Amino acid sequence: MELHILLLFMILGAVVAVEVKDLLSSVIAVGAVGFALCLAFLILKAPDLAITQLVVEILCLIILIRATIKRDLPLTIEGRWIFNTISTVVFICVFLFFAWLALKELPSFGNPIMAVVKKYLEEGTTRTGAVNLVAAVILDFRAYDTLGEATVLFTSVIGIMAILRRPGRKKVK
Amino acid sequence: MAKPKTTGMTLIVKTVTRLTVGLILLFGIYIILHGHLSPGGGFAGGVIVALSFVHLMLAFGKDVAVTKVSKNIASNLESIGALMFLFVALLGFLGGSFFLNILSKGTPFKLFSSGTIIFSNISIGIKVGVGLFAIFLALVILERAEKEE
Repeated sequence: MELHILLLFMILGAVVAVEVKDLLSSVIAVGAVGFALCLAFLILKAPDLAITQLVVEILCLIILIRATIKRDLPLTIEGRWIFNTISTVVFICVFLFFAWLALKELPSFGNPIMAVVKKYLEEGTTRTGAVNLVAAVILDFRAYDTLGEATVLFTSVIGIMAILRRPGRKKVK
Repeated sequence: MAKPKTTGMTLIVKTVTRLTVGLILLFGIYIILHGHLSPGGGFAGGVIVALSFVHLMLAFGKDVAVTKVSKNIASNLESIGALMFLFVALLGFLGGSFFLNILSKGTPFKLFSSGTIIFSNISIGIKVGVGLFAIFLALVILERAEKEE
């Protein structure tokens, strides 16, 4: 029940974020969606994800507000609104059709297929010594995926530093 | 550009920041070190550590924060974190395969248990914290450079 209220709130916040004219209000609406997502993770009993979502959301909000508060660009939407509306509706219908096809095959909510997870739940603590099973999975059983994730973050930091550093921008002038 | 003498925010914000920034940093380190016992882990704790430095920068201005962690230290620590994680991964080859947990598992619910997981958490925490702070630093420097032009 609470989950459905939160999902409705998130949809409303996302619509507000897209439709509102003021850029700062849009950023704050996105932040509200993020915090509602954090609460949804808590209701679904995933505190690891909730903590990560909360702190990343705060960092993103700080960066976005600092980036947008100075240059408040009003959004202008002109012309061709009939074509835009029709194409949007068509794509939403196509998406809903394929989502319906996919969701038919999924197991019902709250009853996951316990084929792989069962082994981890039974042997996780004895084989790794970690009480937090999420840490046991992401840093022991599936540590290779975590290495890939760390590499993605490392590459993105290198890219941002390379683009934004001062010498690179001075050469353009 | 005429630079005002006092950078950062007002005196109230600075005083509260002085009291809270150490606690935030400690909480981030706690989340990183207890990643195998309680919810959290390297990524979340690293972001909290980055947020403590971002807090310092927002309250006191860029120059004070850069004296704590400069750009060179940030990029060096980022590389050290990545290399540490790779080293933990390669350590598994001593036991036979990639990412094998070769250290002693210890008793559950103790801080020093779970073998290599705690070292992975520490290296990911260093990498994420310093990396996100470096991104924020680069964005702030970009904004200042645009103002000067």
